[in-house]
Amino acid sequence: MLEFFQQIINGLTLGSIYALIAIGYTMVYGIIGMINFAHGEIYMISAYIGLLTITALTVQFGVEAVPLILLLTLTISILVTSAYGWAIERVAYRPLRGSPRLIPLISAIGMSIFLQNYVQIGQGARDLSMQPLISGGWRFGPAEGFQVYLSYMQVLIAVVTVVFMTALTLFIARSRLGRACRACSQDLTMTNLLGIDTNRVISLTFLLGAALAAVAGVLVSLYIGKINPFIGFEAGIKAFTAAVLGGIGSIPGAMLGGIILGLSESFASAYLRTEYKDVVAFSLLVLVLLFRPTGLLGKPEIEKV
Amino acid sequence: MPKHFSEAVWVALLAGLLTVPILGIQIQVEGINVSLIGSPLPVLLAMAAVFVARLLQAPLKAVSGLAHIIQRLPRPVHWSKAYRPILLGLVIVAAVIWPFTASRGSVDIATLALIYVMLGLGLNVVVGFAGLLDLGYVAFYAVGAYGYALLSMHLGLSFWECLPLCVIMAAITGCLLGFPVLRLRGDYLAIVTLGFGEIIRLLLNNLDDLTGGPDGIGNIPKPTLFGLEFARRPSTEGGTTFHQFFGLDYSGADTIIFLYLVALAMTLLILYVINRLIRMPVGRAWEALREDEIACRSLGLNPTTIKLSAFGFGASTAGFAGAFFAARQGFINPESFTFIESAIVLAIVVLGGMGSQIGVILAAVALTALPEVARQFAEYRMLIFGLVLVLMMIWRPQGLLPATRPRLELPARAEALR
Repeated sequence: MLEFFQQIINGLTLGSIYALIAIGYTMVYGIIGMINFAHGEIYMISAYIGLLTITALTVQFGVEAVPLILLLTLTISILVTSAYGWAIERVAYRPLRGSPRLIPLISAIGMSIFLQNYVQIGQGARDLSMQPLISGGWRFGPAEGFQVYLSYMQVLIAVVTVVFMTALTLFIARSRLGRACRACSQDLTMTNLLGIDTNRVISLTFLLGAALAAVAGVLVSLYIGKINPFIGFEAGIKAFTAAVLGGIGSIPGAMLGGIILGLSESFASAYLRTEYKDVVAFSLLVLVLLFRPTGLLGKPEIEKV
Repeated sequence: MPKHFSEAVWVALLAGLLTVPILGIQIQVEGINVSLIGSPLPVLLAMAAVFVARLLQAPLKAVSGLAHIIQRLPRPVHWSKAYRPILLGLVIVAAVIWPFTASRGSVDIATLALIYVMLGLGLNVVVGFAGLLDLGYVAFYAVGAYGYALLSMHLGLSFWECLPLCVIMAAITGCLLGFPVLRLRGDYLAIVTLGFGEIIRLLLNNLDDLTGGPDGIGNIPKPTLFGLEFARRPSTEGGTTFHQFFGLDYSGADTIIFLYLVALAMTLLILYVINRLIRMPVGRAWEALREDEIACRSLGLNPTTIKLSAFGFGASTAGFAGAFFAARQGFINPESFTFIESAIVLAIVVLGGMGSQIGVILAAVALTALPEVARQFAEYRMLIFGLVLVLMMIWRPQGLLPATRPRLELPARAEALR
């Protein structure tokens, strides 16, 4: 029973990360109907920026206050990574607006391969690792036997995720730009006719998605402490699975999907073999698409002639 | 021009800001000392590249516009049609004679190129003709390769006996996957096939008892010529080898040339089958479905069956190529069947021009030969590859040699007929 709780804690941590990345997929898909295949790479880049910033702050400038390091790292990583998100949209997707569906998808695959190799050239293909910034945690349960371990880092991930999710939800629900986003996802052409600069809204979507992926990237580099240029591909696919699971285009769906995926992966690695956790994730994707292509919270898409 | 110039400066500055953390700063670890080192050169190079690219954008657009005009000029259709069989014959004869004059290394690369030609042609049916984006194509290639390796290891079957079995296995796998999945819309299909490709790779990696896990399977026998082996000594008691039978001296080049010729024959077979298929109702239906699914449905075509036939055919081609790949390498492991392999085959189809077979063949040859020629740029190979994919989609989404479809049009002016 205690092991069950441990898996729930691990699953929720993993799920928060997936949920943060999944929002980038779901927002872009909701507005322009394309799968931003390079989104996983954005997350990978943010993990690198996070790790470099932390190293720079601790080693070069000798900053020791952990909250200050966290705050600065998150800020820098979010700024640079959203600039990446914006630039990628500008270079690889905007010129393709209005072309058949497969064209931007292929462009996105190209972008993803490009970014992966670009980071590999800049930073090397090997794992980069760093000392844990935050260590320790709480233990629950009997002194002998299985103890449930909840690390401070896991709590931090949960808190940061909740803060950013709430901020995003408020932004989408309350602000003018958020309203423009919702309008665009309903009908892009009509929104444009009503005098909203849809290109700006689309850029904003990429920016927001990249910013949340940046949060995920920084948290992962803190939590796992080991990154390489290839983490983006897998995380991207998983987050996409989460987005589809929750219903692509729906922001609460992406959050829910991320949590479900994180939990199922964590249980799969505990009760099956660890190697099969990816198989479980991908099988979940295939199964969801087969039996409920609109996802848990998604609306059915009506094909127009 | 000043406007272009100032814009280019801004874009270059932005590029500098973006590339500084990735290209400009590296972490250096010496023992327990961690330090950061700055390297400004790559950043400056990237900025310069972006600056030049931005400045050249306008002139380049004019050039691509010109290419468009050239393409729309009327072509000497009658000329090319009449001479096509002769031309084709000459090309085939040249391809058969060439290996006897070329070096071992280049024949070996040509064999690899032919494998990619086969894969490209197969995927071209799925992506180019039927318009289904398959990102897990390498899964069927893996089924073919592992199929041959396992059949020959456990049942002792020869390459020629295994080849049809591998094709059937890959086709069955394709249909099993395709049947439930093909109801999905295009981009969902892409992701499901991608997930499936990963599942196959993970299974190959983890089913240690069956597939040998990450170590793969070795000692896969090479194809034989009517039972004649290409080896210094026969592997079985009482067997005969190629050079003994014909009374020649043993030469390692024989094997390579033979493999090349087998690959060439297989490629020609695939080309022939595809060219027959696309003239049959099923082939016509593939293209019709790609153009307009709803119209097809209202004309009484069953989209699922048609998509399934394209998907299954593409899968069987990959299985065909996979069996040959296993035989040529003599050793396979899951590393050969990663997503990047699928992406390369997709790039071949996209670069060549979706639906254009000659384009796919040329692109496959170019993409396998170029890395061999430009070995000093090996590090940048995939970087350029990704960039080319993006630029192609922006400038020439129809590919370098777009397919020309047979079509009938009414003469522009009806008076011309009188």
